[in-house]
Amino acid sequence: MSIDMAQFHQVFFEESFEGLAIMESGLLNLDMGDVDSEEINTIFRAAHSIKGGSGTFGFNAVADFTHLMETLLDEMRDGRRQVTQSAVDVLLGSVDCLTEMLTAIQAEDTLDEESINNHKKALEIELNGGEQAEVPSAAEPTLANTDTSNNDKEAGNQLGWRISFCPHADLLKTGNDPVRMFRELEELGELEVFVDLQGVPSLAEIDPEECHLSWTLVLKGDIERTNLDDIFAWVEDECDLSIQPLSNETDDLDEIKQVVAQPVAAAEIVKPTEPTEDVNKETAATKKENSKKPKAATSSSIRVDTSKIDTLINMVGELVITQSMLSLVGEHFSIEKVDQLKTGLIQLERHTRELQESVMNIRMMPISFVFSRFPRLAHDLSSKLNKKIELKLVGEHTEVDKTVVELISDPLVHLVRNSLDHGIEMPADRIAAGKPETGTVTLEAYHRGGNIVIEVKDDGKGLNKEALRQKAIEKGLIEESTILTDKQTYELIFMAGFSTAEQLTDVSGRGVGMDVVRRNIQALGGRIEIISKLGVGSTMAIHLPLTLAILDGQSIAVGDATYIVPLGSIVESIKITEDMVNRVAGKGETFRLRDEYLPIVRMHEIFHVNSAKATNLLDGLLVVVEGQGVRCGLFVDDLLGQQQVVIKSLEANYRRVEGVSSATILGDGSVALILDIPGLVRLSNQ
Amino acid sequence: MEQNTAVEEIGAIVPESSVQFLSFTLGDEEYGVTILSVQEIRSWEPVSKIPNVPSYEKGVVNLRGAIVPIIDLRERFNLKHSKYTSLTVVVVLQAVCRGKNRTMGVVVDSVSDVMNIEKNNIQSAPDFGTKVSTEFINGIASVDNRMVMLLDVKKLLKLDGVNEDAGEEDND
Repeated sequence: MSIDMAQFHQVFFEESFEGLAIMESGLLNLDMGDVDSEEINTIFRAAHSIKGGSGTFGFNAVADFTHLMETLLDEMRDGRRQVTQSAVDVLLGSVDCLTEMLTAIQAEDTLDEESINNHKKALEIELNGGEQAEVPSAAEPTLANTDTSNNDKEAGNQLGWRISFCPHADLLKTGNDPVRMFRELEELGELEVFVDLQGVPSLAEIDPEECHLSWTLVLKGDIERTNLDDIFAWVEDECDLSIQPLSNETDDLDEIKQVVAQPVAAAEIVKPTEPTEDVNKETAATKKENSKKPKAATSSSIRVDTSKIDTLINMVGELVITQSMLSLVGEHFSIEKVDQLKTGLIQLERHTRELQESVMNIRMMPISFVFSRFPRLAHDLSSKLNKKIELKLVGEHTEVDKTVVELISDPLVHLVRNSLDHGIEMPADRIAAGKPETGTVTLEAYHRGGNIVIEVKDDGKGLNKEALRQKAIEKGLIEESTILTDKQTYELIFMAGFSTAEQLTDVSGRGVGMDVVRRNIQALGGRIEIISKLGVGSTMAIHLPLTLAILDGQSIAVGDATYIVPLGSIVESIKITEDMVNRVAGKGETFRLRDEYLPIVRMHEIFHVNSAKATNLLDGLLVVVEGQGVRCGLFVDDLLGQQQVVIKSLEANYRRVEGVSSATILGDGSVALILDIPGLVRLSNQ
Repeated sequence: MEQNTAVEEIGAIVPESSVQFLSFTLGDEEYGVTILSVQEIRSWEPVSKIPNVPSYEKGVVNLRGAIVPIIDLRERFNLKHSKYTSLTVVVVLQAVCRGKNRTMGVVVDSVSDVMNIEKNNIQSAPDFGTKVSTEFINGIASVDNRMVMLLDVKKLLKLDGVNEDAGEEDND
């Protein structure tokens, strides 16, 4: 067969990287005490697919390597081996190693043999270190999953058996199932199964009850011949069986593989892919900084939530209905139908707009696509640095434009790494400083004022202004006499060639990071701020513009104006009674909500809306909102409804307006302003 | 967009030494803006008000997905406010400010004409001292014995600090 296998390589790589991402997240989710077998199964399946695929495409190094991982995973899956932290660590390391291998193959680079061998050794040690010495790997003897890996390395010093098993066509009719036999064989030692499809007739002639397959099995290990004979005892008369001791197995295996590779290829390629995130990016970041990114990282595909596509399809459906209604009106048009025509046109307009908005929505993806890699980073670094670190992710579902998601991930990795490495102190230092032993790094994303803000917060030692200054003077970045504000001092760390770490580690501290981070963020039109307190911790806040972001909003009515309050900032909405209201100094109105006194912000007053229906506090509603730690009650006429709104920048053609973060377009085509809660509070205080 | 088609037809025969302007009236006065800055001409439609801004900034409208501010030029030039009717016209202007394309609608009484004005015939704006602000006036031309004040669209767009703290461009 002369199919050009190279055309499937890209698919294989994509799938494999997806598989690796699944394995990684699966491994990180494993709970040592209480292992979910389904979780291990998922990891196992991913490993198995990679093994199968790589064998098919002749990437034997990958297949060999994955085989070892699979063996280990299989034992865990069957409960024959305890899931230990060390095993998980070894597996995680192997995932990285595999990623590197695949990346190298994809880029047609040479493989890093040394690292591969090291990881292999680690796997082998883990395998042999368990209570059971050598346990067979799983080789499902089904056609699609036929195992094609060759594992000469591991079994180099052990011999086994080569079994050629050609059942007669009516084997199945006597109730013998080869699969069961193979399972039994698997109990004895490491089994590899190669299927020969040559006997299979064309589909039209096939009899489903007949067996047309024959197998070559390689069983490795020190196994008594009698054991084998026992297994085949029942079928001896119904097959051509030859059992030979293994001699020069590599040659044999290669030969067998030649025969079986092609059909397996076909079977592997049709395997459905599981939807995951953009793994190309993912893998790029888990690699060491200096290694090249895979070429595929630049491919611009996008994974879209099915629900978004469903919405689109619904929308198109609506559009078609409206269109047919309009053409019906047009066919027999008379003056009485003007109203109908108008309604139809309005509908058409609305549907078109909705369609437009949903198309844009496709570009939005949750920031969790970026965040999801950090648990791994934290896990690895904390063990490497001997620190105890807890990573908290907040606001992972904040949606951002795809471009932002892609471009922000590398800068974020830098920042998180810095926090872990420089920010958080060693456990002993933390205890000495009266802090909990475990340091906390928080990654938080939220929308604010037409921006998305991503914060990397740690409760570590904070930035030392004096040290920063000294360092900058040493490096000749500033003059001795330069006077800097706190903010300017912190900004120093963004200068090229500046590093505060006493010792350079391989984690961070090369002094090239931060200036690149800032440049990347600025390239996105954003900015980065540092808030830090010595001994308490630091926060790096990245502000990025939201070009196409959407927001869940609650529309409120004040007179004839409609405003949108971000749903996330609403605590509750209440109707107040006279006895809840208090006045401070005769002017400032407050109300009591349970045990708290909150200021009342009268929307119609601060926005000068003359048409407000409710001017008496008892007539309207109070929407209790919270933003940046400030709580207040917005006094409005009425609540209208909740909806997702597309955030449109007011500043594109206009300017910033106090109390307003941005604008949006409502279903009827009019513009509604989105309120900025902290800004409103400031406004009402003036 | 009748005007635009008209412009194209005339455009073929316009000599290079002249510039085309769209003229419009505010009360008795006639103003002109360079035709290349005119995006479209629309009728007045209700706007969404913006809180706490000068009264000549009428509000914002949705112009095919972009949020565009609407300025009343009469009020801006301290002329008497007139009632908006269905005949009130909004001229949508655009200009590149600081590398970004900005759009703004201005409310005028009516649009009159597209005129070819010889560059030589454009005089600089007279200086009235502080009595009359001429900051938006680029020059004055006389067409058929009428005086037309030519407005500087860029300055007009800047007039309310529109791009002082330039925000991000909407991508759509």
